[in-house]
Amino acid sequence: MEFFIDPSRCIGCQACVHACAECESHRGVSMIHLDYVDRSSSPQTTPTVCMHCEDPTCARVCPADAIKQTAEGVVQSALQPRCIGCSNCVLACPFGVPRYLGEMDQMMKCDMCYDRTSADLKPMCATVCPSGALFFGTKEEIEQKRQEKPINRFTFGRQVVTTKVHLMVGDTAPDEMEFDVASFCE
Amino acid sequence: MAIPPLSEQELIQQYGPHLNYEPPGGWLAEHEPDRLVKTHCCFCGVQCGIQLKVHNEKVVGFEPWEDFPVNQGKLCPKGVKRYLQNNHPDRLLHPLIRTDNGFREADWDDALSLVVEHIQRIQATYGKDAFAVLSGASVTNEKAYLMGKFARVALQTANIDYNGRLCMVSAGAANKMAFGIDRAANPWSDIPLTQLVLVTGSNIGECFPILTDYLWRARDNGAKFIAIDPRMTPIARTADLFLPVRPGRDSALMNGILHVLIEHDWIDHDFIDAHTKGFESVQKAVAEYTPQMTAEISGVPAASIVRAAEMWAEAEKSMLLHARGIEHHTKGVENVLSCINLVLATGRIGQPGCGYGTITGQGNGQGGREHGQRCNQLPGGRDIENPQHREEIARTWKVNESELPHVGLTAVELMDAVNAGQIKGLLSLSFNPLVSLPDTKLTRAALEKLEFYAAIDPFMSETAHYADVVLAGSLQEEDEGTVTNGEGRVVRIRRAVPPPGNARADWEIIVDIAHRLGKELLFPYAEPEDLFRELCRASAGGPVDYAGLNYTKIEQHNGVFWPCPSREHPGTPRLFEGGEFAHPDGKAQFHPVTYRPPDEDVDATYPIIMTSGRVVSQYLSGTQTRRIGPLVDQYPGPQIELHPRLAEQHDIQSGDMVCVESRRSSVTLPALVVRTIRPDTIFIPYHWPGEQSANRVTNRALDPISKIPEFKVCAVRLRKVKAGV
Ligand code: SF4
Ligand code: SF4
Ligand code: SF4
Repeated sequence: MEFFIDPSRCIGCQACVHACAECESHRGVSMIHLDYVDRSSSPQTTPTVCMHCEDPTCARVCPADAIKQTAEGVVQSALQPRCIGCSNCVLACPFGVPRYLGEMDQMMKCDMCYDRTSADLKPMCATVCPSGALFFGTKEEIEQKRQEKPINRFTFGRQVVTTKVHLMVGDTAPDEMEFDVASFCE
Repeated sequence: MAIPPLSEQELIQQYGPHLNYEPPGGWLAEHEPDRLVKTHCCFCGVQCGIQLKVHNEKVVGFEPWEDFPVNQGKLCPKGVKRYLQNNHPDRLLHPLIRTDNGFREADWDDALSLVVEHIQRIQATYGKDAFAVLSGASVTNEKAYLMGKFARVALQTANIDYNGRLCMVSAGAANKMAFGIDRAANPWSDIPLTQLVLVTGSNIGECFPILTDYLWRARDNGAKFIAIDPRMTPIARTADLFLPVRPGRDSALMNGILHVLIEHDWIDHDFIDAHTKGFESVQKAVAEYTPQMTAEISGVPAASIVRAAEMWAEAEKSMLLHARGIEHHTKGVENVLSCINLVLATGRIGQPGCGYGTITGQGNGQGGREHGQRCNQLPGGRDIENPQHREEIARTWKVNESELPHVGLTAVELMDAVNAGQIKGLLSLSFNPLVSLPDTKLTRAALEKLEFYAAIDPFMSETAHYADVVLAGSLQEEDEGTVTNGEGRVVRIRRAVPPPGNARADWEIIVDIAHRLGKELLFPYAEPEDLFRELCRASAGGPVDYAGLNYTKIEQHNGVFWPCPSREHPGTPRLFEGGEFAHPDGKAQFHPVTYRPPDEDVDATYPIIMTSGRVVSQYLSGTQTRRIGPLVDQYPGPQIELHPRLAEQHDIQSGDMVCVESRRSSVTLPALVVRTIRPDTIFIPYHWPGEQSANRVTNRALDPISKIPEFKVCAVRLRKVKAGV
């Protein structure tokens, strides 16, 4: 089973944010970021979870070697005794995922609900998400269900990043979308 | 008499709302669940399946319930955080009796003796109908049934009504007029099978978030989606066609779409001939609604109106869904009928993937309106003025038909009668009219006039501040029962834990009062299932037939759709198959609708339209959700949404404090300047009390048929009070 994100479906409800904080390994702390793209012009929101890069930049820039990858390719939060709180990972991640939590003196980030996925449960966020913006299932399942296509190769300048998590991409060009209600009234 | 015994500040300090963020003992406490209880979320008509984690007889968390078919584990934030109520510091643990300097904790005997004493005194002095009951639509079917019987048999008052009167009664009335039955015509599982979804007046993404997935599944299968809303809501953002209707003009818009369909003969003559009556009158009524004229009234461009009709015609199957956006109007019934006319004229009902429905809002918005707690209704959806219906229920209740009261006042009228001094005593359950009724000032004045008021609630609501006795009742997770969700599916609510402290299950409190009023023999219930058995029996043969239901059957099938008239009957997910409607002649009835303006339209003094609604993180008057910390943090208080064009005219920027004035009162709140709303309209969510209450300004005018108030449109003016920081 794999993780798929389609921000275009997101309704901004934040069920994912709240459900993340219910995950046993980090109860009370949510690892998902949910942002309005620009509330003044659209209700569009976008959820950010860790993309679980095959060759994670966050781990590469960590001077303390605190960020580990599991055999399944899940990139974990910084190990508590090793993390020196330098925030290199926070700055380096191409997707803006890790956060340094002062009160815990540790970088924490989405670990794809490791305690759940390793016990054959779906991650909390992708289980509760009412819109299907976050989806956990097989590639065959999502390809059969949806018209958008999963991609997991991204180019940032000269850096090519391949990720475990897939982004669903459709063919509507975003610049064709109009959000100002006034323009629908005329 | 009933002026609150302490200042609002003092009452809030003592009884909240305080914010609860953590499960019992905090995040780090041991929460390994002793058991997982499969039940449902209490916070809307979707009734998502959820498993509550119980540890040491306290609700400590949740686990998704992926096998429940409606939501398959999905939840909105209210469902995720609903577990924070049972162990909440504000939870009422004892009955409270009002004193000169606050409320004192009492035992049940003292509290209920006082209630009974005042019921008897008021009824002896002023007559039976001078004591009224206001109930809720978040309560179980069992409680809804009990409240109706309690009022008619134990109190013998005509005056019982419920807060569903503020919710969807206009849709219910229109459905009865057109189809002869009040229930969504199709199960939601029909949505993914359709080719066109038309959603009007429903902010699905925030009010029924789970249905967003149904919408997307339809679109994944190739369906198109039309959204009609004055605001660009999270789902409207993704629509294939968006019609930004001016609030209060919905019936004109629907007439306009039907006009185009008739003009091009894109209607289903065979269906109209075989299964309906009255089409000619509708044809005549919509004749004048040319796209041009409709555009002028509705504020939707003519081309978009034509396009909507084309898309409707291009699809072979369609689902038309609506909610409070078209229902909260003085012409709520007409708005709904104008939608039904479109559905009937094109024969788009009664088939897989093809149909119609209102999406009921409250937790038991459907069941709450079926079992006799409405002023005009007896169990089984029966009519309180129908002699045969009266006879049937009198027999079930073992009383004389002549003893049954007749039709009483609807919720808003009832509060007006309190204000006029005709009603002197009130018992409420799960109803917070001070926040939820329009024109707060009037409601407050009415509450102050009550000689006696008893409120049953798990938390001290703003209205309960005015009570003489507050009876610590139960949360949904503290009692057994059933609820009927927005598609007509009866589901099973489980008691995860007992009520904490000395709090009691609501039904036990009501039964206790009935017994103290000398009606022991007529209220012989030992558990909610006794009530359910009687409810099912009472419903047999009525318009809303539950006769074949029982708890085991409901649990085994993950809910059963009514009508379910016999043990063997599998239930009825889809109504009107084969064009069979519920009127005696089996036909559906068209009703011509002519647009008329809102009760209070804009003018030179009040030139701006105000509309109200919900946000995803709050539920109704917020008695519960304004106490759940993470939900409050998500959207801490109401904001005034307005378009930059309107903002510019008043020199308003996001964050500025803006005063919204109507003919009734005013409210001052921060502005949120967004392009996602019509430039002639402002929006304020209504979940908050006091100074922050949107209902300070809303209009108390009622729909003449259903008596639903006009929450969705009134006339206001704006004034910038203070620049934001
Ligand atoms: S998305 Fe960022 S945090 Fe996640 S693995 Fe890649 S670099 Fe690390
Ligand atoms: S739960 Fe899904 S729809 Fe809601 S905010 Fe998160 S990603 Fe968006
Ligand atoms: S509020 Fe409604 S949609 Fe949200 S979890 Fe509860 S039942 Fe489901």
